Amino acid sequence: MTTILVVDDSNSIRDMVSFTLKSAGYNTVEANDGVQGLSKAGDNTVDLVISDVNMPNMDGITLCQELRKLPDFRFTPILMLTTESSGEMKQKGKAAGATGWLVKPFNPEKLLSTIKRVVR
Amino acid sequence: MDIQSLVDNVPVEGEYSLEGIDFITSGEQFLTFQLAQEQYGVDILCVEEIRSWEQPTIIPNSPSYIKGVINMRGIIVPIIDLRMKFSIGEAVYNETTVVVVLTVENKHITRTIGFVVDAVSDVLNAEENEILNAPVFGGCISQHYIKGLVNVGDNIVTLLNVQALQSIEPHKH
Amino acid sequence: MTIDLSQFVPTFLEESFEGLALMEASLLDLENGDSETINSIFRAAHSIKGGAGTFGFSDVSEFTHLVETLLDEMRDGRRDIKPIDIELLLESVDCIRLMIEAIKDDVSFEKTKIEQIARLLTETLAVGVTTAKSGTVDPKDNNDNLVVDEPINLQESSDEKVKWLIKFIPEHHLIQTGNDPLLLFNALADLGEVGVVGFSTDLPSLSDIDAEEVYLSWELSLVTTASQAEIIEVFEWVEDECLLTLTRVASAEAAIKNVAAQPYVETQASIVSAEPAETARTAVVTNEADIKLEQTSVASAIENVSVVSAKTSEPSSPTKAKADAGSIRVGVDKVDSLINLVGELVITQSMLSELGNDFDLSKIEKLSSGLEQLLQNTKELQESVMRIRMLPISFAFNRFPRLVHDLSNKTGKAIELITQGEQTELDKTVMEQIGDPLTHLVRNAIDHGIEPAEVRLANNKPEKGTVALNAYHQGGSIVIEINDDGGGINRQAVFNKAVEKGIVDVNSTLTDSQVFDLIFEPGFSTAEKVSDISGRGVGMDVVKKNIQALGGRIQVESKQGIGTTVKINLPLTLAILDGQLVKVGSETYIIPLITIVESLQVRTDFINRVSGDMVLYRLREDNVPVIPIYKLFNIEAVITEVENALLVVVEADGQKIGLLVDDLLAQQQVVIKSLNDNYQQVEGISGATILGDGSVAMILDVPGMITMALRSAQQYQPHNHQAQPQFEGVQP
Repeated sequence: MTTILVVDDSNSIRDMVSFTLKSAGYNTVEANDGVQGLSKAGDNTVDLVISDVNMPNMDGITLCQELRKLPDFRFTPILMLTTESSGEMKQKGKAAGATGWLVKPFNPEKLLSTIKRVVR
Repeated sequence: MDIQSLVDNVPVEGEYSLEGIDFITSGEQFLTFQLAQEQYGVDILCVEEIRSWEQPTIIPNSPSYIKGVINMRGIIVPIIDLRMKFSIGEAVYNETTVVVVLTVENKHITRTIGFVVDAVSDVLNAEENEILNAPVFGGCISQHYIKGLVNVGDNIVTLLNVQALQSIEPHKH
Repeated sequence: MTIDLSQFVPTFLEESFEGLALMEASLLDLENGDSETINSIFRAAHSIKGGAGTFGFSDVSEFTHLVETLLDEMRDGRRDIKPIDIELLLESVDCIRLMIEAIKDDVSFEKTKIEQIARLLTETLAVGVTTAKSGTVDPKDNNDNLVVDEPINLQESSDEKVKWLIKFIPEHHLIQTGNDPLLLFNALADLGEVGVVGFSTDLPSLSDIDAEEVYLSWELSLVTTASQAEIIEVFEWVEDECLLTLTRVASAEAAIKNVAAQPYVETQASIVSAEPAETARTAVVTNEADIKLEQTSVASAIENVSVVSAKTSEPSSPTKAKADAGSIRVGVDKVDSLINLVGELVITQSMLSELGNDFDLSKIEKLSSGLEQLLQNTKELQESVMRIRMLPISFAFNRFPRLVHDLSNKTGKAIELITQGEQTELDKTVMEQIGDPLTHLVRNAIDHGIEPAEVRLANNKPEKGTVALNAYHQGGSIVIEINDDGGGINRQAVFNKAVEKGIVDVNSTLTDSQVFDLIFEPGFSTAEKVSDISGRGVGMDVVKKNIQALGGRIQVESKQGIGTTVKINLPLTLAILDGQLVKVGSETYIIPLITIVESLQVRTDFINRVSGDMVLYRLREDNVPVIPIYKLFNIEAVITEVENALLVVVEADGQKIGLLVDDLLAQQQVVIKSLNDNYQQVEGISGATILGDGSVAMILDVPGMITMALRSAQQYQPHNHQAQPQFEGVQP
């Protein structure tokens, strides 16, 4: 079963993303900041990481950099949730090793169709 | 699901069972009970349970027909003596005296109130066209409590409007 | 699949309120804060904007976007943090809160203020940044890797099928960022029919192959109704890491559509003109059946839309009900402790039932210790369950930094706010209802308590006034103190005012605390000037009423020139009450312990009968009116003579009365049940409870009983209430 790690400090967004993914048959692991995300990533076999960018303690960009340092996460797709459609944030994400990004606001349908590009 | 299993699932309280309930019926069903020599009926779907009489806790300065409140599985339920409210017969409390607990939902507010009657009689099936309008004159029961009349053999059963029964007049100071 | 987003809205609202509170607190603390302070404000705004956008509250997200932009500039150091901007941001927080509250209550909000602040934000942003910074460039604008043959009709998706040729040459490191060409092609396949041809021309010799690199390139054909933008979007994440070429090959039905669907003509025209001539010919021979088919599908699409809109408008009222019900976020530790306790309870239960299997008298000791354990378990479980409803009082305190900040600006008084005991926990319901009274008291302290700076300096006090909020537990209740180091209450002024208002007799001698209590009388205000902060003296009586409604007490202590302390005593929870059980006739009543002054056996020589039927009992210097419960409630009692009775002296509204009872029973905690659910409010009764034997007992409402007693006293002596000074000031 495909397991997706959802990292977001906003409960409502995290609930929504996780609920949507679960409804589509994915398994989810949730974390509310980068630090927790990193620790949950270590405890689980994760096929995809979806992470917010702006978070307390450890932001999404740093999380991405840290994950890429782990052998298990060298090729794991990592998607950043961003409210900025500007290129700056995307390029920052890319530089940190992110696979792609999802621009907020997005709806559940969009989320599901988009992640098909990176998970089976 | 067969009908027998439905019947088996009907909750039965105390010694009074509702075996008479017929599940294959088009009309409405009423639980009938006695006040003195007269027969009355209430919509069976409103009947929460039938309890034997117990002394309730007095509500201060309430009208005499409000006997007080009882504890029904953690819910505080007021008890109204219908015989006193309608001035029918004598308010005596003996072995057959029972409390019919009725629940009505009205505008999302559910109210549960117990009514003291002399005895529970039967379950009555009544088609829409069998329910007659009550005569406009006389009687000590105000018209708005009465839903209609049904002829059962030689007797008449007065069907009561449960919603109206449940409205409680504010206390007078 | 459709997911109902409304289920996440309550969570969004809740976290938005928390975010706003955090923004407010951090904004007020910005001058003392570090870079993390502004970061956390930015993050809160950012989350609100993101959530609002996601859940369809565009007003909120648009407004918050302005706030976020301003904060972003401050965060980056592009803009200096100026006090005027902080004020603007604080007002923006108010605006967002207004909008979120409107969503919560399912009402529309007042647009004027929001538009005004939005305008101010826009103007501020337009003035520009303090430090210049290079503008950001969208990579899409200067993307050399993406080649599109016909850069037309980028957004429009149509129902016609178009064939595209896609050349995809990834850079070698593509898979290292987690992208997989195969999955991209799968995603393309979702858009239509895909054909793939792979090229291995770049493949190095086997010894040079790095397994983590991509050496292949592909040519794909795609027959789809999707727009060009939708196709490009599939490659969105890799467009910087590949060479991508899109060529439009054919459009099967464009020409016919041009004729059949007039409204499309304008948008389609340019496509047709750009179409290779060959395609146009193919299109002409397409038969008419397709058109009909298309029209039906459009019709059904419209139908679908209307169905959807009907669905979305319908459930608005249930959503509101849900929001009203409220929710509590409970810490995992609290839940864990509950689970542990339930575990213990199960163990005790199995031990007891084991014991019951073959019980004999030799095991009585075991039984009694088992029951003891059960009692302990139940008590702990009850406390744990209650703790679930408990929140730290910081939830009520966190509004005050902002309030003090604003009032400080308004009054020109420099004020420091000190809060202590923010972690003291309080029932959620009590918390919600204590906010307004506390606000009023803090306003009062600043407006009437703290003196203007020049007065303070003249009195050798520090120029900056102090308002302190302190919360702590004391026995079964929580105490909240509001302390100011202002001028204190002028005892004589209060007394004179009370005489002037006819609240007390000019000749009465009152203790200090009795005088200070007068400020809680309806219509009392000592402010010389009416200010727009504390208003017209409406309030203190309401404050007291609200606190009493929560089963609490309020007291004032004040020293002239030194300051004033208002002390509020509140029960920890509204669901449980510490009560004294008393017997009157066949009935058991519960008197809230918090109202009881003392219980005593009546001493005949302390009884005085005045003005006919009224019995006064001398309790030290007080004359306490004796109220027989049986008379008040019109029931039968065993003891009707004052001389043999027990008296429970209770106090409410500063008025003591002695309740005549037959017997004093145990003191115990009772769970409060409402009479309103199935009955109605009963005068003199605040609720009911179920006793250990399953019977119902009424809980006495002491202030209500005093009102009843007063009324019946007036009925007996309509012109004689001057003779009972004790009742003065509580007349309704």
